[in-house]
Amino acid sequence: MYEFVRGPLALISFAIFFIGIIVRVVWYVKGLDWRLDRVAYLEKADYGIRGALKSIFHWILPLNHTTANHPIFMGATYLFHICLLTAPLLLVAHVMLIEESWGISWPTIPDTIADYMTLAVIAAGGFLFARRLVLPYVKILTTGSDFLVLFIALAPFITGFIAYHQLMGYKFWLIVHILCGEIMLIAIPFTKLSHFVLFFCSRAQIGMDYGIKRGGQKGRGVAW
Amino acid sequence: MAEEAKEQIVAPLVTRVPIKTKEELDTLLADRQGRGYYKELDAFPVDTEALKKTLEATFKSRLKTWLKICAHCGMCADACHFYIANDNDPEQVPSYKIQSTLGELVKKKGNVDNAFMQYCMDTAWGKCTCCNRCGMYCPHGIDMGAMMSYLRGLCFSQGFVPYELKIGSGMHWVYKAQMDVTVQDFVETCEWMAEEYEDDWPGLNIPVDKENADILYTINAREPKHYPEDIAEAAILFHLTGENWTVPSEGWEETSLVMFAGDWAGCKMQVESVFEAMERLKPKRMVVTECGHAHRATVTEGPYWAGIKSGDTPVPTQHYVEWLLEVLENGKLKLDPSKKIKEPVTLQDPCNYVRNAGLAEVTRKIMPYIAEDFREMAQNREQNFCCSGGGGMNALGRYREQRNIGLRVKRDQILATGAKFVVSACHNCWDALRDLEEEYKIGMKWSFLKPIILKMVIVPDHLKPKAE
Repeated sequence: MYEFVRGPLALISFAIFFIGIIVRVVWYVKGLDWRLDRVAYLEKADYGIRGALKSIFHWILPLNHTTANHPIFMGATYLFHICLLTAPLLLVAHVMLIEESWGISWPTIPDTIADYMTLAVIAAGGFLFARRLVLPYVKILTTGSDFLVLFIALAPFITGFIAYHQLMGYKFWLIVHILCGEIMLIAIPFTKLSHFVLFFCSRAQIGMDYGIKRGGQKGRGVAW
Repeated sequence: MAEEAKEQIVAPLVTRVPIKTKEELDTLLADRQGRGYYKELDAFPVDTEALKKTLEATFKSRLKTWLKICAHCGMCADACHFYIANDNDPEQVPSYKIQSTLGELVKKKGNVDNAFMQYCMDTAWGKCTCCNRCGMYCPHGIDMGAMMSYLRGLCFSQGFVPYELKIGSGMHWVYKAQMDVTVQDFVETCEWMAEEYEDDWPGLNIPVDKENADILYTINAREPKHYPEDIAEAAILFHLTGENWTVPSEGWEETSLVMFAGDWAGCKMQVESVFEAMERLKPKRMVVTECGHAHRATVTEGPYWAGIKSGDTPVPTQHYVEWLLEVLENGKLKLDPSKKIKEPVTLQDPCNYVRNAGLAEVTRKIMPYIAEDFREMAQNREQNFCCSGGGGMNALGRYREQRNIGLRVKRDQILATGAKFVVSACHNCWDALRDLEEEYKIGMKWSFLKPIILKMVIVPDHLKPKAE
């Protein structure tokens, strides 16, 4: 079983993930329409690129009014995303597996730090879960799939934590952990997790919109 | 059912197409307050096939992705003045307003009923002014105002549009203006105003259809219809600054109730009438009166409706405040500093040319010329709240109460500045402020820029009336 989830299944899920996100981006860009969207994407590409970069920059870093207005939620969100992306990518065990399979590797972080990051993901995830149940303005928006998607994102971290600390049967939880990771990879192109790439598309688009049409040419553009 | 069908043949107040004749328009106008119209709307069927086709043709990448990746995080909630004014009612969360309307419509592929379309209409026009504020606070950059505007288009194509905007759209088709002002009415108003003010301003002239002028001045139909002094004031200021300017006899209407109505064909028709005037008269530039949505419709969105790939108007266009700042800075217009407004003054930033056209600093640079004690609202520039009258809402009887509730946010913003005077270079904001004072009586004054400037202007000797 381990051989299967670590071997062919891993390969399949990586393939679906990479092809999936590329297709998502290509579809997005192909579906942009200067006339329907009323944005001169190509004619004013210089203003557009400037606006797009500005828009992404202000949100990749917490340099926006929303962070100032909602520091707790946005703080938790930034922490969640930073740890969720870096911990698995820089984990010693993961990099070793990649090196074993494909012969490439990159620097890693100490396991203790990865461990804290994992806890941070779980804690921040718990916070995101709780506010969906408690805050009326979030509750009204929440659907079952919001919980499902959050669960898909959290599962690899919870199972990874259990496996790493050998809290219960190591072999079993290791396999479950790998499976959960693979489910997440496959889910990314097909669910709201597609914001993994579509966040950048959407932010770039609204940045172009403001950069080209709504003030950018007046030297202003929106103050995110 | 048969009787209903028969009734519709007799009195087709509700249709899926714009009104294009004066007769139809008069029939609708005779239905006072739209009582018959809304009654008819209650029984009006949804053309689900057409709705499905429109969705297939126009619901693309940008909108699709916006609906799909909305994280349901709620960061848009307190960006909306209706959410705040309605005591944080969850049903006023912008994302909810979109997901429960457009989101469902897409999910059901247009297979919806009358009650649902009415819910869409009541949301698109009664709970949103398309001010685009919430989109600025969305981490994913989802512009819910743009989506709401798209929804309005779908509603209009199905006949589900508020009574006043069905009329407004019809006005544009019949008169190429939002009100029944004909070419003759307009030209006569210009002549009348020039005559009326000539004694005080010798040589005052309102040149109509002058070719190759430096400035083509275009306006809001309310000015010839209800506030002709506004045209006179503009003329006096052009006169004082020695501008070579003109107004077009046709194509002078900058505003666009068709935009508020979601009548996209009407938007194209209207804006093309203005662009035709540009091409006919070949001015160096165009200046738009103190109106927000006029600028949005003709300058920001208009070129796209007209199919101009660069998104630029045929000749460069400025909002009135840009022209005003220019003549203040280059000294063509001189104001008497001792006449500055002494009491505290605040500024209402119109969404349509501030958030949506980047003119935030222009009006601010004008303020030191006219005010001694200028005070910013807590949320200002692009972050400012809508006056609550935008997106056509001022005109809609059906949503008057919602509009008045929304006004509270603006009221509290103004009160917090301690200012008793609000500068508002936008017709919609101006109306909303008037209604705000009427509804809540906070003892404030409000004004366009033109009358303020005229009270302070230093008249060069050669332009003064000859002493008797």
